[in-house]
Amino acid sequence: MKAVKTPEESRLISWISFFAVLIFLGLVLLLDQLIKPTSSVYMLMTVLQKGSVYALAAVSMNLLNGYTGLFSLGHAGFMLIGAYTYAIFTIPSTSRDTVYQYFDAVVRFSFPETFSNAMGPVGTALGVLVAVILAGLLAAVFAYLIGLPVLRLKSDYLAIATLGFAEIIRAICQWQKLGPITNGSNLLKSFARTSKFKVAVGGLKLTLSTFVPVLIATVSIIIIVKLINSTYGRAFKAIRDDEIAAEAMGINLARHKMISFTVSSFFAGVAGAMMAMVLSIAQASNFKSAMTYEILLMVVLGGIGSTSGSVIGSFLFVAASEWWLRGLDSGSFLGIEAPNIFRNGFRLVVFSIIIMIVVLFFRQGIMGEREISDLIILRRRKRKAGKEAAK
Amino acid sequence: MDKTILPYIISGISVGGQYALIAIGYTMVYGILRLINFAHGDVFMVSGLLMVYLAAALPLTVAIPLVIILTVLLGFTIERVAYRPLRTAPRMSVMISAIGVSYLLQNLALYITGGLNKNYPQIPWISDRVTVLGMETSRVTIITPFLTIILVVLLVLLINHTKIGMAMRAVSLNFETSQLMGIRINSVISATFIIGTFLAAVGSMLFFTNYPGVVPTSGAMPGLKAFVAAVFGGIGSIPGAVIGAFIIGICESLIKGLDTILIVNGTITEQIGLATFSDAFTFVLLIIILVFKPTGLFGEKTTDKV
Repeated sequence: MKAVKTPEESRLISWISFFAVLIFLGLVLLLDQLIKPTSSVYMLMTVLQKGSVYALAAVSMNLLNGYTGLFSLGHAGFMLIGAYTYAIFTIPSTSRDTVYQYFDAVVRFSFPETFSNAMGPVGTALGVLVAVILAGLLAAVFAYLIGLPVLRLKSDYLAIATLGFAEIIRAICQWQKLGPITNGSNLLKSFARTSKFKVAVGGLKLTLSTFVPVLIATVSIIIIVKLINSTYGRAFKAIRDDEIAAEAMGINLARHKMISFTVSSFFAGVAGAMMAMVLSIAQASNFKSAMTYEILLMVVLGGIGSTSGSVIGSFLFVAASEWWLRGLDSGSFLGIEAPNIFRNGFRLVVFSIIIMIVVLFFRQGIMGEREISDLIILRRRKRKAGKEAAK
Repeated sequence: MDKTILPYIISGISVGGQYALIAIGYTMVYGILRLINFAHGDVFMVSGLLMVYLAAALPLTVAIPLVIILTVLLGFTIERVAYRPLRTAPRMSVMISAIGVSYLLQNLALYITGGLNKNYPQIPWISDRVTVLGMETSRVTIITPFLTIILVVLLVLLINHTKIGMAMRAVSLNFETSQLMGIRINSVISATFIIGTFLAAVGSMLFFTNYPGVVPTSGAMPGLKAFVAAVFGGIGSIPGAVIGAFIIGICESLIKGLDTILIVNGTITEQIGLATFSDAFTFVLLIIILVFKPTGLFGEKTTDKV
């Protein structure tokens, strides 16, 4: 059940979420210092890094599929634009020629370098930030252009057209004639990546490899949540529930669909940039429709139409596939030794069966349409009611 | 028509025929369930893998019918397990279930093959080399379009002149009313899946004979293209899907050779890598048709009711 909050309750929720986010970020920063890449639990950090990338991707897809009811499957394409933009503008000039082995690179500067020349170490961080925002903006521009013809289409047709555009974007990025910009079908590497993110604060060296992606994802998700709770968000939900009724209520369909589509793609672009910085490579052939499907399955796992569900779903998805079910690939799982069955790829089979069970029998996913805040409020009300009954 | 373009057109017609056989599965299922069966391309891939494994163990005369039977069984099972329980659910849930099945089949194939390229067995006679119109090609290239057209004609006869065909037409026209008329919807839907996967199994034999091998993602692209063909021709229409598939096959093949054709023509002087766009072009075609004629070439008109 979804709870309609009283003003007092929503203030309480804002405070709770504010402190929860602060504590979470602090904890991540602390873990970043404590757990070194050589540690046996470094898997936790990998999950946090990749999980935050996918969480943002899933939340932004949910904005479109879950809240606006536009079934779009073009996410991988926009993430590709983001990843490439970020990578191209952060490759240091010294390694540019090694990366663009077969081409004469056109872009000859990198934001982190330019800014750090101008204003020192702060500039490097600013440069990375500028590249990430540019990645989002470019994805949004493409989304706007694609949205003009495509958003007129209905359900299945929209899905297949956006899927098609994602494939076209991938083909264009791999075209050898664009090699001077995109490096053709070769991968982009040696750009600013999370494993190199470190700062020195008054003699104290801080590692930020996990903190930075988590921070970017957190800030982005907060912005998306703000949008969903605004009047725009309500209009999106109205469009999802009944397009014709929404139009009759005076909602401009084309405009609101476009806003949802471009905002979602902006954050898909940001997620793509984060993926590049976490994986430290960017290659067009990784951004296939299979990636979109995976993100969609995360959204479904968490519950379509629930932001906290998408976040939980993507962290669970990443943790399960990268960490918990690892044993299924390497011979032993939960103490069972069966090297003949538990070999490469078995993890993904088990995993896809779990997903199918969720899709078939738990269609609501983990959260349904609820948010964590709804759960807190419902519990509070129950407790209050219980107290009053005791009186 | 000169010697440079002809080979591309012939191979395009052949590929088009193979896409047509897959596209029929999409278009029939969509016509009845209003569902994009995302798993159809992967069923096609699994059929290819079955052939690889069965042909290694059994003589071809046994293996070929067995592959067809097993593929049909797979299609039937998928419908029973993954789509039937969701019959009353929103359309988005069914589509997500289809995506889930596709994910499962690909991962299963990845596990069984270990991600390696599996060589497709040589089927004697159809993979022999022959010379037609002064160019050498394999016999399958020549047979495909004819076989496709024969199968399509048989299918159209089935749909127009048999009881089950009439039931299919009724169900695709109106799901609920036909149920009230005493048509057993579930068996009609099962029949649709059986026909669709049977054609996909035949298509996979023709398709993979011309390619070096099968990998778990082999089905994704042909599947998507066949779907585009179905949309292009007007989803729900069998002749439309076939025509769409031939157009897409020919265009794709011409774009693969466009560099060479343009060089011979004198328009350009060196390779410019236009072949990269052979897959993307399909989607350009899709978007053009969706924007200008959203119901496809022969599609039915639909209106939204409040």
